[in-house]
Amino acid sequence: MTKLKTQSLHKRESELANSNRQIEILSNGIFKSGELPKFKDKISEIGHFPLRPKKLEILQINVGYMCNQVCEHCHVDAGPDRKEIMTKKTMQQCLEVIKNTGAHTLDLTGGAPEMNPNFRWFVEEASKAGIKDFIVRSNLTIIRANKKYYDLPYFFKKHNIHVVSSMPHWTRGKTDKQRGEGVFDQSIKALQDLNAIGYGMPNSRLKLDLVYNPSGAFLPGDQTSMEKDFKKALLEDFNIQFHNLFAITNLPISRFLDYLIASENYEDYMYSLVEAYNPSAVTNVMCTNTISVSWDGWLYDCDFNQMLDLKVASKVKHISDYNEDLLNDRNIVISQHCYGCTAGAGSSCQGTVA
Amino acid sequence: MSKTYYDPADLRKFGNITEWSEELGTKFFDYYNSVFQDGALTAREKSLIALAVSHTEKCPYCIDAYSKDGLQRGITKEEMMEAVHVGAAIKSGAVLVHGVQMMNKVNKLDG
Ligand code: SF4
Ligand code: SF4
Repeated sequence: MTKLKTQSLHKRESELANSNRQIEILSNGIFKSGELPKFKDKISEIGHFPLRPKKLEILQINVGYMCNQVCEHCHVDAGPDRKEIMTKKTMQQCLEVIKNTGAHTLDLTGGAPEMNPNFRWFVEEASKAGIKDFIVRSNLTIIRANKKYYDLPYFFKKHNIHVVSSMPHWTRGKTDKQRGEGVFDQSIKALQDLNAIGYGMPNSRLKLDLVYNPSGAFLPGDQTSMEKDFKKALLEDFNIQFHNLFAITNLPISRFLDYLIASENYEDYMYSLVEAYNPSAVTNVMCTNTISVSWDGWLYDCDFNQMLDLKVASKVKHISDYNEDLLNDRNIVISQHCYGCTAGAGSSCQGTVA
Repeated sequence: MSKTYYDPADLRKFGNITEWSEELGTKFFDYYNSVFQDGALTAREKSLIALAVSHTEKCPYCIDAYSKDGLQRGITKEEMMEAVHVGAAIKSGAVLVHGVQMMNKVNKLDG
């Protein structure tokens, strides 16, 4: 049984904490030798290189990499030891953008976004902007981590937040293996708390969705059947209800890349991703309708590019200079990790795309 | 040349069998893919049957493929192991039922 690491790659000073090193790995080896085609070549075949954005729909803001958990496969390399936290000043800059954006969805993520000391202030201010769909990606256990977070479900309800939470499996063993001992029980309790005030109930306007990502070096199965299995098991075993399940593919970056290499699964995994490449997913990958903002205000095509420090290829690179029209006229920065978004039915923060 | 008969990387090349006989290879893969679609049995149930048969056939490629397929479908370790036991039970049953033939013979010769 793999023992869960308790520190981020950054804290461990692992070479994979360096984003350049990750990009190097993704560009060399089987991709350099031509054993597998580069993502660029694959999308060129269908006339989609350079990859271009469509209309901006989602503004995803990462308010910090600090987290109460240290999940084995975290693409953020988040953990309690990460000190990168969005300041109130950057939040203010974000609020200006939120007021004027054409995006209909605001998506707050982390780490555990709730751990940012200004999280509640930010949510209160942002919710005044009248954005249609306001998502907070909550890891669930944070709600149970400390008394000061117990009232989060009520806070979410007050601001009509759409809660999206990770749940790797409906069994304790698989969940705890990936996310840490005790995570399953705490997540179940948090889901019950959310259900108790109306989140996730049939026909409730309080949206509660779950994110499933595989616990190892394999791709997610069909989203619809996974959702059926999750719903059945959570209802039968714990009387828990939720709305939708998003099946997300693990991208080969950060701690998941570290895991793939350490477990000697890297090549096989890349083969699986390339074999599952689905050209019809390309036009709907997340970066085509999303802008991702980092804790320090830099702009990226997606959260994954943020972690690889691949900033947008635009004159506008920082939230302080934000200009939606200029940003929308850019080429998206890609590399081999992008195969994770086009495998099978495709994958995005909102689940499958094809 | 590889020093063993089985190379895990060969599984990825399975599709190449069409190169030397395109028509038959394509027919096989079409048939294979149709078999594993949801039908009167779910694709999940079929995956577990395939896993059990992979073991009784002792095919290392199939075992690799259907262990991974099971994980992708969210099939639990317990379910997978029970499927393998079903295969093992049939295998051992198939051996043991021949014990009746042995008994018949012994009884005939020495009854
Ligand atoms: S809860 Fe999310 S952000 Fe935190 S370590 Fe786990 S995957 Fe990373
Ligand atoms: S990893 Fe990011 S840039 Fe690459 S396809 Fe996915 S969303 Fe787009």
